[in-house]
Amino acid sequence: MTDKQRQNLINRVAVAFGWIAAILFFFPIFWMVLTSFKTENQAIAIPPLLFFEPTLENYTEIQERTNYSKFALNSIITAFGGTGLALLIAIPSAYSMAFNTGRWTKDILMWMLSTKMLPAVGVLMPIYLISQKLGMLDSKLALVIIYAMMNLPIVMLILFNYFREIPKEILEASRMDGTSTFNEIRQVVMPLAWGGIASTALLSIILCWNEAFWSIVLTTTEASTLTAFVASFQAPEGLFWAKVSAVSTLACAPIVIFGWLAQKQLVQGLTFGAVK
Amino acid sequence: MKALCTTAMGVALGLSGALAASAGELTIATVNNGHMIEMQKLTPAFEEANPGITVNWVTLDEGTLRSRVTTDITTKGGQFDIMTIGMYEAPIWGERGWLEALEFGADYDVDDILPAMRGGLSHDGNLYAAPFYGESSMIMYRKDLMDAAGMEMPDNPSWGYIADAAAAMTDKDAGQYGICLRGKPGWGDNMAFLSTMANSFGAQWFNEDWTPALDSPAWNHAVNFYVDLLNNYGPPGSSANSFNEILALMNEGKCGMWIDATIAASFLTNENMAYAQAPQAITTRGANWLWAWSLAIPAGTNQAEDAQKFIEWATSKEYIELVAETNGWGAVPTGTRQSTYDNANFQAAAGFADAELAAIMSADPSNSTQNPSPYVGVQFAAIPEFQAIGTAVGQQMTAALAGDISVEEALENAQTAADREMKKAGYY
Repeated sequence: MTDKQRQNLINRVAVAFGWIAAILFFFPIFWMVLTSFKTENQAIAIPPLLFFEPTLENYTEIQERTNYSKFALNSIITAFGGTGLALLIAIPSAYSMAFNTGRWTKDILMWMLSTKMLPAVGVLMPIYLISQKLGMLDSKLALVIIYAMMNLPIVMLILFNYFREIPKEILEASRMDGTSTFNEIRQVVMPLAWGGIASTALLSIILCWNEAFWSIVLTTTEASTLTAFVASFQAPEGLFWAKVSAVSTLACAPIVIFGWLAQKQLVQGLTFGAVK
Repeated sequence: MKALCTTAMGVALGLSGALAASAGELTIATVNNGHMIEMQKLTPAFEEANPGITVNWVTLDEGTLRSRVTTDITTKGGQFDIMTIGMYEAPIWGERGWLEALEFGADYDVDDILPAMRGGLSHDGNLYAAPFYGESSMIMYRKDLMDAAGMEMPDNPSWGYIADAAAAMTDKDAGQYGICLRGKPGWGDNMAFLSTMANSFGAQWFNEDWTPALDSPAWNHAVNFYVDLLNNYGPPGSSANSFNEILALMNEGKCGMWIDATIAASFLTNENMAYAQAPQAITTRGANWLWAWSLAIPAGTNQAEDAQKFIEWATSKEYIELVAETNGWGAVPTGTRQSTYDNANFQAAAGFADAELAAIMSADPSNSTQNPSPYVGVQFAAIPEFQAIGTAVGQQMTAALAGDISVEEALENAQTAADREMKKAGYY
């Protein structure tokens, strides 16, 4: 076997593994979408049905029983609002830490990250009571603030790493031209780290979108998001798999479409600095 | 900068707007069960009859609903005007003053509510929740398979007879299992069933001095019987099965018998289904459970009057008739009113009606064990600590069923866990 043939074989095996991994990742989503077009009895049939007469009854019932657009709009507002607020705090903080690194910078970052290890239920009562006292139960603003605080450590850590990749000489040059700190961040740092900021924002949006604990605990009718919408279709006494699949498909659809549209920025950001 | 601040405040106010429910707006927390969904669909009839009152629904799964309403009621969060609660919560929360006592006019005919339901939802003579639909447990079995096995199900079979019938109906090669029972851990899952089974074997959760009684020979006998029965004649993976999983197996024709909530009868699609009372070993006392999904008003709501009106409507005879008119008598919420069972149309539509009524009438939460016990409740003990104890014990029973530990080991661990919890709570 020549080197070229060996290389070809390796490439083919790598491609095959890539496909297998992609199929494994995609299969649950495929099955969820497929199940959403089954009746409840078809959904639990053993052996599982791959071919069947599709029905739209689950989607029709969801449409009749709930206001999907309200849940979706709440998800969009809270996910984008939470991410925006997190970025507003994280960008200047990460700038400060990346370009004025002190003795305790890494320790502070690690401490911030360690707050992610605390289970959410551990702070349920204080947050619930604070929200209640401030009259913010069932409010989108409460979710926006909580989502921002929840994602802030990760957003800051990622931005810190992106900002550190920017050569300090560029900033020094801008300072020699008399740029203020605010303009330095806005006109120099942000454009240079745009790919990183975009991918961090996308990651944060996805995390906010999928957040279930706080949205279920703190909301009732006005601020409920799509995760609460999905949770409402589980039934302790009765079959619900087909309906939950349809609800999950509806809940996933916006973020999947958004991710697909923004995949260029996502890939660009994730590979930022990977190849020098 | 000033403009920025103004905009930010505007956005903040806009986002936090509509925080509290306005007058005449009821927020109801409920579960996603079929009867509840029907109630949501029929709500416009209530709104039409009561101009000025609008109803918002918050539907959650059972576990989340419990934690949500508990959080809300203990912190006086005021997020809900009506809560869907069960027979476990109603007397405990009523005693603590967390619920408004319900008082109905003569038209409502409170005496028509089945005594067992009324008793289970009351404390000190006050009714704290009105039953929306109720259930007991019974045997649901395939008559065709029993006939093929040459057996006939008595009205009140013994566990020994059930084991014989399960053996006769099992054909593992054909994927046919004699009996399907709950195995998934949880105080409302496997322990709801196992408690009734243990009761019939003469066991009980607590002795009269509140010490746990899980190390008794009766529990040992009952759990060994349960594990052997499912391992020999149950489907594979029983330790992961609860109501929905077994319902699916039944409708797939994989199980010959199922002992579970009477409400299951309305979901079973096999035309050969027949029903009998839950099995007994040494006593029928506590052999079948009692449960009601009920509507209650949290203390402190500003909408108590409107909430009372809604509960009165949703749990009335007229509501049952409305469901019958809309979907037929086979779809009405059962287990609450004597008048439903007296109705000839209902009797004709629901083949399980007699068995269900007999099961509900025979369940007595205040006298559910062979020997005297200090607690109220059939498949649970109505004390706040039971939820944690029941779940911990349920996990041990599942481990024993899965073969990870022996029954003796499971009961020993369960006794230790229950003892720790009761000591911590200051019972002794």
